[in-house]
Amino acid sequence: MKNFLLSVLVIALFSAVLQPFLPWYIIAVVAFIAGYVFKQPALAAFGSGFLAIFLLWLGYAAVLSHANNDLLAHKVATLLPLHGSVIGLLLLTGILGGLVSGFASLTGRLAGN
Amino acid sequence: MKYLKFTTSLLVTLALIALLNSKLGPAPPFARFLNPFQGFWQNAENSGAWKDDEAKVPGLKDEVKVYFDERLVPHVFARNDQDMYFMQGYITAKYRLWQMEIQTANAAGRISEIIGERTIDVDRMQRRIGMGYGAETAQTYIAKDPESKKLIDAYCDGVNAYIKTLKPKDYPIEYKLLDYQPEPWTALKVALLLKNMANMLSVFEYDIENTNFVAKYGQQDFKALYPDFIDAEDPIVPKGTVWQTHNTNNQEMAVNTGNASKLTAETFPCIISKPDEITGSNNWAVSGSKTKSGKPILCNDPHLRLSLPSIWYEMQLVSPNMNVYGATLPGSPAVIIGFNDSISWGVTNGGRDVRDWYKVKFKDASRSEYEYNGQWLKAEKKVEVYKVKGKADFLDTVIYTRYGIVVFDQNFGTADSKKNLAMRWTAHLPSNEFKTFYQLNCGKNYDDYINALKNYTCPAQNFVFASRSGDIAIKEQGRFPLRDKATEQGKYVSDGTTDKDEWKGFIPSEDNPTSKNPERGFVSSANQHPTDSTYPYYYPGLGVYENYRNRRINKILTEGKEIDVDFMKKMQTDNYNLLAAEAVPVLISLLNKSSLTDSEKKIVETLSKWDYFNNPHEVAPIYFDIWWNELRKLLWDEMADKNVPMKQPNFYVTVQFLKNDSTSKFYDIVATADKKETRGDIVLMAFKRIEDTLRKKDFTEVNEPYDNDENYTKDDLKPHDWAGYKDTKISHLAMLDPFSSLHVNNGGNIGIINATNTTNGPSWRMIVDEGAMKAYVVYPGGESGNPGSAYYDNMVKSWADGQYFEANFMKEANDLAGKKLFVSTFRP
Repeated sequence: MKNFLLSVLVIALFSAVLQPFLPWYIIAVVAFIAGYVFKQPALAAFGSGFLAIFLLWLGYAAVLSHANNDLLAHKVATLLPLHGSVIGLLLLTGILGGLVSGFASLTGRLAGN
Repeated sequence: MKYLKFTTSLLVTLALIALLNSKLGPAPPFARFLNPFQGFWQNAENSGAWKDDEAKVPGLKDEVKVYFDERLVPHVFARNDQDMYFMQGYITAKYRLWQMEIQTANAAGRISEIIGERTIDVDRMQRRIGMGYGAETAQTYIAKDPESKKLIDAYCDGVNAYIKTLKPKDYPIEYKLLDYQPEPWTALKVALLLKNMANMLSVFEYDIENTNFVAKYGQQDFKALYPDFIDAEDPIVPKGTVWQTHNTNNQEMAVNTGNASKLTAETFPCIISKPDEITGSNNWAVSGSKTKSGKPILCNDPHLRLSLPSIWYEMQLVSPNMNVYGATLPGSPAVIIGFNDSISWGVTNGGRDVRDWYKVKFKDASRSEYEYNGQWLKAEKKVEVYKVKGKADFLDTVIYTRYGIVVFDQNFGTADSKKNLAMRWTAHLPSNEFKTFYQLNCGKNYDDYINALKNYTCPAQNFVFASRSGDIAIKEQGRFPLRDKATEQGKYVSDGTTDKDEWKGFIPSEDNPTSKNPERGFVSSANQHPTDSTYPYYYPGLGVYENYRNRRINKILTEGKEIDVDFMKKMQTDNYNLLAAEAVPVLISLLNKSSLTDSEKKIVETLSKWDYFNNPHEVAPIYFDIWWNELRKLLWDEMADKNVPMKQPNFYVTVQFLKNDSTSKFYDIVATADKKETRGDIVLMAFKRIEDTLRKKDFTEVNEPYDNDENYTKDDLKPHDWAGYKDTKISHLAMLDPFSSLHVNNGGNIGIINATNTTNGPSWRMIVDEGAMKAYVVYPGGESGNPGSAYYDNMVKSWADGQYFEANFMKEANDLAGKKLFVSTFRP
């Protein structure tokens, strides 16, 4: 449990610090390393990787959108086939990022074997 | 097994990254687009966060302060002209960069680089009509004027200085959606942008269509349906004006050379597509003799295809040399329509024919030489390279002749290798339009205005003018070819093998139609004939000119007394439909009412009781619109021949035709070979289509008008009145509906002062009160080009409701007080 929370925190923090300067898939590198370092069960490795970026991306996006009264998010959620659902767009954002990070973390964990 | 698990997981990870990082079809690269650090979430503007800021901008010579008011309009205070234009570039790029780029890419024929192969033909057309060629010519010419070059370069430097500050996360959302990056800005792009505007306004010529009609039906029918002048003319320069010319060489006016070189025996399959009727623009100025204040009031509303980001960008530019306010074109320096502390001006499309088509005869299949006066001239070949997104480059060989580029040939448009048409366009002439606007921007009086217009070449524009000192004037300006009257050169496709159809020179600028301080106390233009038939120079102008808005405007102004700003606001948003007022009684009189159902009889009753205002909540305008459009389709079905494109006679001629000609062959519908329809038949047929059309559009009758206008924004609400039926839409430049303004609730239509139809309308409304030195403006959009900004389309509703904003015409820095949003200070 301690490893799980630590892994989530580490991946989220390092990604948040590096993402403004590097392409988005730096999250995969961060998650890979975290997966390697924190020796968790495979499912937990995937889960913590997924959760870290899911929360980071969704959280940050929600903060930005809120300051904008969701004006743009609503338009983009109409442009994409989400029927104007801002929540849907936030979830999509979190899930896509989370999937990449989750698999990267898992890969890192499996590399440690 | 462990190795397998690891490899699988690794492959899935890498595949996900690759997939989410790439643009798949029309969808953006998802992870790049959606991640909150770099993606579109960064474009969600924080509206509450306005605060003063400072920045160091290398390239500036001195400090510049830019005040942003409550509508985010920038007021640039610079200490020299160079910094002023530099900052105009910088700020315009900050708010409208993508728009500037996409419009110049369109002009340059480079859209396929961004969109892909489906726009190749659009690009090819742009290059073949010489957009790039004209821009290059202009740029070279302008570079010879050191002052102009310095200021245009300053503008470009400003744009580029802004672009340099951008990181990928700062790119406008459209770059992220379409997956590309901003390019550096150049003086060539400024020229391209101005050619873009010229193109939009030069498109109203019908040489090919006229030729086709005469080839098919002959001169007699042609003269009846496309007269050069009509009786009820209300031209820009009033009838009966005595003309003075400065053309000392009378021979150049080339009257009656008797050379019948016009090509009217053959037809041509291709034309440049253009809208049916000119949406046009309005401007007028009233002298102090008719205003309450005793000083002039000037008004202008240019009509263009409405889009978001808005065509115009409102700004104030201040330097020790000038203090000017108005509408600018993103991508070009100076204020295009506006006012300063001494004068004001505005423009409408002159609609003059500034494009001529020449049939080119090549020596052989190699197309290396073409015939001219019995000799073979060498044709210049150029290979245009089109970079196509996701595909290999596309190559198009274009041929330059003495007339211009061959637009339609065997590779583009026509299968017939003999019907080669080159297009000569005054936009290809060397010109410095910037200088005109610069001189207007710092002009002080009528003489400065006339002097500023001298350089102006293309397209034909009616420049209206008013000065604080009390002058009003209007002048149709452009470089207009001297044409042979006897051969009506320019009305038809010209013969490229002879010099007989060449332009004989140009009409001297002093002889362009001008009116200053006329007795009637006002000047105006609404795309009507610039003159009556006594004007000494020949110009083909049939079909292009309107005859409705001008008469309505002139009637209102003639009858107006003690005119003030409120009068002008009411006038600029007037919905009176003069076309309907003249056509409806004719149509009803021709309608055979014996076979009408009860509901149809109600339609006739509604039309009879109509006061002819196309107000938003009326229903009669719909009935008339459908009846009129369907009738024209049936009446002029001969002109819908896909292989022989022709133009429909204009609305005014059509109404007269219906009234006076009861037996014409044109009443017959071509498709019905065994039947011969009469005038009454097609009037009835068109009428019968009204209910069908309403059904197809899901039109719903309501007994009481809706109180709450907000309902019109809901997509699922069925149209129940003129506003809902007309369904004005302000489209995003990339046609993305969520970034567009849909279901805009307003009235009007073509031929009405408020000339708003579904896609076009007044793109800027301006009223300048020279007495109080105040101006009132509005446009259907907002200052910000960012769909994520609250200032993207914040003025649309006000515009639709006919409301205006008082321009904050700052006389000095810090003049804004409570209306200020924030101040940006820029230092070198």
